[in-house]
Amino acid sequence: MEKETKKKQEENEEPVEHEHKPRVITVPGEVLVSGPGYLPGEGTRREGQDIVSSKFGVIEKNDKLIKVIPLSGAYIPRIGNNVIGEVTDVTFNGWIVDIASPQAAFLPASECFGFINKRDLTEYYTFGDNIVTKIKAIKSRGVDLTMKDRALRKLEGGMIIHINPTRVPRIIGRAGSMINTIKDETGCSIVVGQNGIVWIKGTNVENELLAKEAIEMIVEKPFVEGLTEKVKEFLSSKVKKPKKAEEKKEEKEEKKESKEEE
Amino acid sequence: MAHKREDGREFDETRKIEAKVGVIKNADGSAMFSFGDSIAIAAVYGPRELYPQHLKKPEKGLLRCYYDMLSFSVTERKRPGPSRRSSEISFVTTKALEPVLNLDAFPNTVVDVYIMILQANASTRCAGINAASLALANAGLEMTELVSAVSIGKIEDAIVADLTKDEEDYKITKDGKKIKAATDIPVAVLSRSGKISLLQLDGKIKPQELQEAVALAKKVCAKITEIQKNALKKVKES
Amino acid sequence: MEVSNLTKKRIEELLKKETRFDKRKPLEYRDIVIETGISKNAEGSARVKIGDTEVLAGVKLDVMEPFTDTPENGALIVTAELLPMSSPKFESGPPSIQAIELARIIDRGIRESEFIDLKKLCLREGELVWAVYIDIYPMNDDGNLIDAAAMAVVAAIKTAVFPEIKEDKVQYGKFTNKKLPLNEMPVTVTCYLVDDTFILDPVVAEEEAAKCRVSIAATFDKDEFIHALQKSGEEALTEKEIETVLSIALKEGKKLHAKILAQLKK
Repeated sequence: MEKETKKKQEENEEPVEHEHKPRVITVPGEVLVSGPGYLPGEGTRREGQDIVSSKFGVIEKNDKLIKVIPLSGAYIPRIGNNVIGEVTDVTFNGWIVDIASPQAAFLPASECFGFINKRDLTEYYTFGDNIVTKIKAIKSRGVDLTMKDRALRKLEGGMIIHINPTRVPRIIGRAGSMINTIKDETGCSIVVGQNGIVWIKGTNVENELLAKEAIEMIVEKPFVEGLTEKVKEFLSSKVKKPKKAEEKKEEKEEKKESKEEE
Repeated sequence: MAHKREDGREFDETRKIEAKVGVIKNADGSAMFSFGDSIAIAAVYGPRELYPQHLKKPEKGLLRCYYDMLSFSVTERKRPGPSRRSSEISFVTTKALEPVLNLDAFPNTVVDVYIMILQANASTRCAGINAASLALANAGLEMTELVSAVSIGKIEDAIVADLTKDEEDYKITKDGKKIKAATDIPVAVLSRSGKISLLQLDGKIKPQELQEAVALAKKVCAKITEIQKNALKKVKES
Repeated sequence: MEVSNLTKKRIEELLKKETRFDKRKPLEYRDIVIETGISKNAEGSARVKIGDTEVLAGVKLDVMEPFTDTPENGALIVTAELLPMSSPKFESGPPSIQAIELARIIDRGIRESEFIDLKKLCLREGELVWAVYIDIYPMNDDGNLIDAAAMAVVAAIKTAVFPEIKEDKVQYGKFTNKKLPLNEMPVTVTCYLVDDTFILDPVVAEEEAAKCRVSIAATFDKDEFIHALQKSGEEALTEKEIETVLSIALKEGKKLHAKILAQLKK
């Protein structure tokens, strides 16, 4: 049972962490593979016998599917994505939100929980507010947002940083391993928007800045092997934590052991 | 009279080419490309929201290219601001790059490409197109292939690649009348299909010589494509 | 997307502890790199990088009839173009007020300090003088364009040479090795007020958190003189704050002066 769910998780996450395979970069127009054996996935197209790259990115082969994962580029909104946005305008029936994507995004008042007063929408979200919101629909005129889901909320305190959206899967890591490491080591709450906007809030600014540094490290060198461990090492060497109850317990046990050895 | 090139290059030889990607941090994609002394920088922003409203295309995104030169990039200072020449080059550059871009996924948006010539010694529009093609790929846009461009010239009877300013200005006058002058032919080639997306000419040339020029352009552009590819592949991490 | 209000608050909090996101002190500059001769057709040119901010400046010379009110002076014309390629904030089109202000701030620093000795640019009084065109182009804006531009301009001027001239016509492409007639080099320091702390050399996020800025151009060779000053921004300043700004600008300007000269000697 465990093996099956793990495989499913791997398929749904992008990109898969091939930590031991060399990464091959391709450019638009390059032939990736010839012949009928493969199916053209994201970032590729079929031209006659060839599967050709349509993007600048890393080649990824999964069974019969060949994809090109982009190394850069604007955030492409997808339905169901959680993103962090900034309210830039308030209209009579909702808010215009900047989600750092090519098209404008709109949050209708009807898509908010516990909403009562229709007269002054600025009482709920106003200009400059940062919110975690979800993409509900994508139309040609723009993106529709919703707040109707757990974890969606207005953000208070902390800081916001912008990263290359193509790095988001790496920041999150397999089953959240990377982001959880950063959260645990720095004691910060962190929300990573699929649009590359990240919110960090800690007990003090210094820990927030450490989390920021760790995230920037990953953005700079996403393909380094054993990155999760390296990030953990970096953070634990820098974070000054007050001794937790667990650590005190460990110390006691160590003293006990050494006494026994004597 | 057999023509020999002043700098000793072969007829099909370009000047030293340098290409580098990711030179402007704020941009979504950027690149530098140079033919010898002619240096171009391109930066791409987009897809992003398009203003004014009336330019918005409901079926796909718009590509806008802006070519200009630093005022001190040329021997005689160029006044800042768009000239008719830079407007035309902006226009043909857009047409040279449009065929490879797929902006269907981004209706009502724009991809802005800014090209600046830092130092000019002819072939600047070709250097600009090469830089722009790299910058567009670097920006993660969907492209069928890369675009590579080179200027071809006819000087006397020779068909040569990558003109310098001296070669472009080459002329022989007798009694104040111009008898011979170079013909300048900028060409842009799509890297996979081999189709021509930019073709301009000014001078005096026979049809079969023009065919020769285009054939030489294709041959030289294939080499330029390899250099562009290597520049992109060097960007592994950031 | 603009800098979040949340981030701005954090910037202000850190400044109260006299530190910044990149661990610099409030009055500390990022790494400065100055290259000259970066564009061969120019009579003088320079590229300055302060952190990720990059600005190019070029000097072109021409001859012209002098202005009627100064028949024995050469001309100085400074322009700046805030290239859209350098920042998502800049739009293409005619120069914005920001571009005009930048050019005029730099112009005053050069002109009032008499860095270029305009009298020595006279070829024939009332008839022919040299005109010095200085053009400024940011290539990447990560804050503090003014100081970076000012550095690029003085570096370009210091290394500029006259072109050859024959029968009153400039022979472009042919350079002499005669440098421009120069006096003391001015240094520009711009102070930014974030909350109630003055900082120098802000990155973009800090610039957006700032409510006021003051640029000061000064010379330091023999004595300290202020030649140009410009206050900009929404917030108004007290006299005490102006005093603080002056003392910061003169103290840090002197250090910057030494840094610039050291880089140009390389």
